[in-house]
Amino acid sequence: MSSSDQSIDKRPWLLLSPSLMAITLLVVIPMAFILVYSFYENIDLAVDKVAFQFGNWSEVMTDGYYRTAIWKTLRLSVIVTVLAAVLGYIPAYFIAMTKFRDKWLLLLLLILPFWISFIIRTLSWIHIFGNQGALNGLFQLLGLTDAPLSLMYNEFTVIVGFIHVFLPYMILNIYVSLEGIDENLEPAARTLGATPWQAFREVTLPLSMPGLAAGCLLVFVLTGGSYVTPLILGGPSDFLFGNLIYDAIVTELNWPMGATLSFTLLLLLGLVVVLYSRLMGLNQLSKAFK
Amino acid sequence: MKKIDSTKRYEMLKERMGNGDMDRRSFFGLLGAAGIYAGVSGGIMTTMAQQARAAGTELYFEGWGGVVSEALRKHAFNPYEEATGNKVVDSTFGGEAEVLTKIKAAGNTNGHNILHSSGVSWYKRWVDAGYGSELNLANIPNVENVMEAIIAPFRAITPNSLSAIPYDYGTTGIAYNTKHVSEEKAKELGANLLLDKELKGKIGAWGGDWANRAWYGALQSDQDPNNIQDWDAVWDKARENRDLVLKYWSSGAELMDLLAKEEIYVTEAWSGRVAALQAQGHPIAYMDPPNGLAWMESMFVLKGSPMAEAEELLNFMLDPATAIAVAEGQKYPTSLDPNKVEMTETIKALPAYDPTGKLDKLVFRDPVVWNEVEKEQSKKWNRVSKGG
Repeated sequence: MSSSDQSIDKRPWLLLSPSLMAITLLVVIPMAFILVYSFYENIDLAVDKVAFQFGNWSEVMTDGYYRTAIWKTLRLSVIVTVLAAVLGYIPAYFIAMTKFRDKWLLLLLLILPFWISFIIRTLSWIHIFGNQGALNGLFQLLGLTDAPLSLMYNEFTVIVGFIHVFLPYMILNIYVSLEGIDENLEPAARTLGATPWQAFREVTLPLSMPGLAAGCLLVFVLTGGSYVTPLILGGPSDFLFGNLIYDAIVTELNWPMGATLSFTLLLLLGLVVVLYSRLMGLNQLSKAFK
Repeated sequence: MKKIDSTKRYEMLKERMGNGDMDRRSFFGLLGAAGIYAGVSGGIMTTMAQQARAAGTELYFEGWGGVVSEALRKHAFNPYEEATGNKVVDSTFGGEAEVLTKIKAAGNTNGHNILHSSGVSWYKRWVDAGYGSELNLANIPNVENVMEAIIAPFRAITPNSLSAIPYDYGTTGIAYNTKHVSEEKAKELGANLLLDKELKGKIGAWGGDWANRAWYGALQSDQDPNNIQDWDAVWDKARENRDLVLKYWSSGAELMDLLAKEEIYVTEAWSGRVAALQAQGHPIAYMDPPNGLAWMESMFVLKGSPMAEAEELLNFMLDPATAIAVAEGQKYPTSLDPNKVEMTETIKALPAYDPTGKLDKLVFRDPVVWNEVEKEQSKKWNRVSKGG
């Protein structure tokens, strides 16, 4: 083997080094701290003892309360992801296929909500679904109901809140993927006898899968890690694993348990990414942006 | 330019709409405009504003938001700023645990000076955690007018000095919509009104404080809240209540919104917030059941704060004219002794007001009893509230 073969090209590492450093400083090291903290012992409110014990981990593994929260989180994340995929594909397809000259305007409209605080966007649903909200006002104006319907503070409003906030992520991912498809492929399929639906199903949909999958992964992970939306729009039984972390850290002032729960959530969502990688291949993510 | 956070700005807007000062279309228009304004200019303007405020000392104040913060801003902070040139930067919290979490995470009290602290329990917790300051009462001569009965529990915890000045008091009773619940029924059921199955889906409860739920659980299971023997019975009652609850509210503003919009008809509620709703014309009545929960709030100065300015502000806030104006605004009676300071008719009509200045008719939480069980029982409550 020649010496030139043995020499390593350092340029990719040099180019990657700022990103790697940022990830190490901002993600890996803080997560390492959280992992270490999970072995500490909470003595009293906001009073922790440095220790190496597995009490917190043992509780998370064996207590059904946490399993219920995990199940609720996964279930709601799947529902939100599927609905966002269905609802997001249509506008993404429209934006990608439209001959409208100022397409950038549509994309601007899509990202416009990001200028408004996430909390305020979530709170806005109270003024739509609430007792004196727009929807109940409309129903009564049309004579459909005499008294306001109770539409707020249930799983439905939590799902609506999530979809409202995360839908643009889904649309943008699918749109970028659709934009990259050769626009002659669908007409070609049509000339070979395919119906419009067949051409979409056999050609466009499979080619847009990387974007759809990337959007799904993003929405799933974002939903799974949330806690504010159920807090604002949900009732007593609407909570996610993130809410348990909030309880442990903010109301119980038990940071070691909060750290254990945070790391558990990281592992769970990491597992989803690993599964995605096994099923789709992570390289599909980059295809979504080509 | 007065500094207020986005939550407060939103609450002000919502309150104006609730009062009928603006229609829904204008509300949404302004909300959108506020959002875009915040998005575009937030970061840059904040930095510029910080640079512009070079003169005067900044005091960071954290409180309960809504009408309480409005009253403090209008009747205490604005006049104080004009009189001294110092700035009071006020923001809101959902509970003091949030502040303690932030301080613990930061490792210092930077950006936190004065808290509108709730109860003697929290006073003890702040002091025990080492965040208590030592107020020089010589700089707060107006403290002479404060009821001895309201200062005594604080002195019992820190006999040599005070870290806070009691400022107001109130009760957590039961609010109910008189269109849907009769006074007779409310009085007959008392604390058990919160367990009335006929009101399923129209009951609210404060989710942010385990001790509040436990207090009512104790009343509903016929126990002395300051001497609970059967905690299982307490949490059984909390479960019974949970199954009827539409929403656990987490702030005074949310409580008022739920009641005003008739999302809920019955809830335990803070006396001042109900008085504010009544002043707005909503058909909400308020009752304190026997052994109902009373509490006192203090202005707690954290260690590391600019003490001279903080003491100056506290003295300003305790000036009878200021304290009475704030009390009328926030609808909680002032800590000033009615035997020393003449109260207005508005104050005398406030819920929980004690004309004797002794407070012996009100039942407060015993901080020693409640703090002792907090670690175990707050965890229990978090589970119960989520179906456990």
